[in-house]
Amino acid sequence: MGENKNITPYERVLTARKKNRPLITDYIDALFEDFIELKGDRLSKEDGSILGGVAMFHGVPVTVMGHRKGRTTEDNIKYNFGMPSPEGYRKAIRLMKQAEKFNRPVITFVDTPGAYPGMEAESHGQSTAIAESIACMCRLKVPVVTIITGEGSSGGALAIAAADSVWMLENAVYSILSPEGFAAIMWKDSKKAAEACDIMKITAGELLEYGLIDGIIPEDRKCFQTINKVIAEELIRLNKMSSSALVSNRYKKYRDLDGLYKPVRAAQDIMKK
Amino acid sequence: MNDIFLLKRRKLDSLLRLRKNTAPDEIFECPGCHGKISSDKLKKKYFVCPDCNYYFSMSPMDRIAMIGDADSFREISPDLRTRNPLDFPGYMKKLEANRKKTGQEDAIVTGVLKINGKKAAVGVLDSRFLMGSMGTVVGEKIALLAEYAAKRKLPLILFSASGGARMQEGLFSLMQMAKTCAAVEKFKESGGLYISCLTNPTTGGVSASFANLGDIIMAEPGALICFAGPRVIEQTIGQTLPEGFQRSEFLLEHGMIDMVCERSEMKNVISRLIKMHQRV
Repeated sequence: MGENKNITPYERVLTARKKNRPLITDYIDALFEDFIELKGDRLSKEDGSILGGVAMFHGVPVTVMGHRKGRTTEDNIKYNFGMPSPEGYRKAIRLMKQAEKFNRPVITFVDTPGAYPGMEAESHGQSTAIAESIACMCRLKVPVVTIITGEGSSGGALAIAAADSVWMLENAVYSILSPEGFAAIMWKDSKKAAEACDIMKITAGELLEYGLIDGIIPEDRKCFQTINKVIAEELIRLNKMSSSALVSNRYKKYRDLDGLYKPVRAAQDIMKK
Repeated sequence: MNDIFLLKRRKLDSLLRLRKNTAPDEIFECPGCHGKISSDKLKKKYFVCPDCNYYFSMSPMDRIAMIGDADSFREISPDLRTRNPLDFPGYMKKLEANRKKTGQEDAIVTGVLKINGKKAAVGVLDSRFLMGSMGTVVGEKIALLAEYAAKRKLPLILFSASGGARMQEGLFSLMQMAKTCAAVEKFKESGGLYISCLTNPTTGGVSASFANLGDIIMAEPGALICFAGPRVIEQTIGQTLPEGFQRSEFLLEHGMIDMVCERSEMKNVISRLIKMHQRV
């Protein structure tokens, strides 16, 4: 497995944030056909920081969505640097419910510094929107696969990551809070982000060991092909389950994830073969 | 046999803890109006300042005494302990200090009680214990309680008082958001009534999970309820926030909660709601 152990967790954070990393639009272009974007939360606003729609995956219709960042400053302002407001999460909920109605799987891509901490976002119910999105995902009757491609920070990431199967790119990070925010809370000094990274346990390798994610995708030349294969194999596996089995399985997954009562499941790395 | 004794001892323990709260009379200064008030009087007024209506924070046992019938509370899984999943430096020491301070294993007390004769499953977060933060134990106890309530067809009542997810348990804490969301959602699907009561403060990962999923959501007056805290927002937007922003009354005005409920009214309101949602 091509996971380079010599990279420090903080270096991975910096890598995960690099501007030249593929964006959601690149993943959609490479992995899906016939993508049609669907917009709006039907309540008040279109939030560009979450991109979503329908597309074909290996000849099967799927719902696909994820955090949207931009490459230019102009785009980043347009998509709010991938930091969703309640409207974005409500759009995600709408698209998930729609996927359930038409019985198609949901694929999500996660890359966000977190939910947007703004006045408008708070007045419009940021907490409620995130809570409802997580709850909706946990109880969805169709398969859900999540790929964490960059930074997955806080509830803003989890809101579209409570999936049946969660995979991370080799240099992606997944954390309770951004390392800067963590350092600010723990030591009142956001500059201690690198130190925070050492104890936060946020890299793909560490999280796989804890059984908190299902696998790691190496960032080599075949990265996109591997993602393609992972999604395809996971969907084949999940499609065999009835909708009630899917929901109860997902419930069990999050119920026992911390192994407080049951021993931590031995995490499997299907790349090993 | 052993089990029976253990159960009895636990029941006795939680009863004793209820009683123990009637500590000798002390004089407090109200942070709202700086007036002096005796702990005895404060308790009778449900920890609300009689002069300026300031809401003191309440311990779980005081809260339970406030909404439950006398001596009706039975605690569930009181001795669940975290395993410090990340081997976080200094965490165990911090936990010990908080256990000593509060007499509890972690930041939540869960159990069953009677409210005007009607049985209910209740969970109360404790803001004195590591800011009421949600780690694996809090998540597990909420999930256990929701499952218990579904099985016994009891209404579920959760009182939140929390700074959010617990930093020291990292991503394990974040996952408790998914776990508690799934648990209360499954409970709601089973037909049960879930009343969520938001008290000061309910923020971050607790606000953005089970706390805001109630069939009915009530909040205490003046409680801070938000996802991102005021300081974070002020830093982001570079200006000070208006008075009352993210407080209960603000949320009520914006349609996020059903009601703002005074402590003196709380037992009565909850009891009436339970009565109207009784399952036959």
